[in-house]
Amino acid sequence: MNTSSTADIAFLLLCYFLMTTTMGSQTGLSRRLPPMPDPNAKVEDQKVNRRNIIMVRINSQDRLFAGNELMDVSQLKDKIKEFLTNPTNNPNLPDKQTIDIEGYGPCEVSKGVISLQNDNGTSYHAYIAVQNELVKAIDELRDDFSYRNYGKPFIRLSEDYQDIVKEAVPSNISEAEPKDVTKNRK
Amino acid sequence: MSKFGGSSNKKEVPEMTQASLSDIVFMLLFFFMVTTQMRDSENKVVVTVPEASQSVKLERKDLAAYINIGTPTLQYRAQYGTDARIQLNDSFRTPDEIRDFIAAERDSKNEADRQFMTTVIRADRDVRMGIITKVKQELRRCSALKIMYQARKPEAQ
Repeated sequence: MNTSSTADIAFLLLCYFLMTTTMGSQTGLSRRLPPMPDPNAKVEDQKVNRRNIIMVRINSQDRLFAGNELMDVSQLKDKIKEFLTNPTNNPNLPDKQTIDIEGYGPCEVSKGVISLQNDNGTSYHAYIAVQNELVKAIDELRDDFSYRNYGKPFIRLSEDYQDIVKEAVPSNISEAEPKDVTKNRK
Repeated sequence: MSKFGGSSNKKEVPEMTQASLSDIVFMLLFFFMVTTQMRDSENKVVVTVPEASQSVKLERKDLAAYINIGTPTLQYRAQYGTDARIQLNDSFRTPDEIRDFIAAERDSKNEADRQFMTTVIRADRDVRMGIITKVKQELRRCSALKIMYQARKPEAQ
């Protein structure tokens, strides 16, 4: 049998797959939504101490407020890092709690919670920029921690150590309930 | 020289065999067949994903459900307007229909992997948060809590 045409057929198929293929892998910011509150459960008074919460708000003009202070997105990272580390034990910044982490020992963990609120008119890219800064702040703190203790960046650690670091530097970002959003609009 | 044009001692160069060519092409073909994933739905909304330097790769692409949010493309504008719309699979949907969509996606996945299902929100950078908040609320309601805001890394300067 003359096989010279197989190459042509295969080329055609190859071209087809070349055209339809999507090579680029998807990237993005991974987040976990809070579960829906159970309507039957009684409203647990989630009164977190005021000092332990930082409000990060983006209004409909894409202006950013962190802790009632107007600021630029580029300043947010340092603000969050200061908030989460509280290096001077400032009584206005979050409390620290010493917990025992398995495989590491007692460790001071910040109780700080970042509460992210947005308006219905906030544009998505502003929101993502802020989310990105929050992630960056936490990533850098985790890197700091793992450099100090293990001498290498967070991503190079094995999974067990990563879990330890994650526990030592938790990422407490709460995306507020939408009812707060409408309240803020007024 | 006798080698060129000499007709006396005919020592012909054998023709290159093409038998291996098809094998090579087939190998390439198989590579693309394995790595390819079919674009399962046509984009009906315009999406330019925002930039985020901390973006990470989606681990299990096969366990992802996609929600596209953006303005309809030109050909659908006459019918659907220019307001941001939600596209699930192949059609425009309202936020209320996300629940059915998630349930269907969940059913299509392997039972052991269902808890790892990620909902990828592919939204245009210029949409307003109102519609995204609605989507997020709907996702919370059907407890699809693992989400990812699709973004791309900015070009390195």
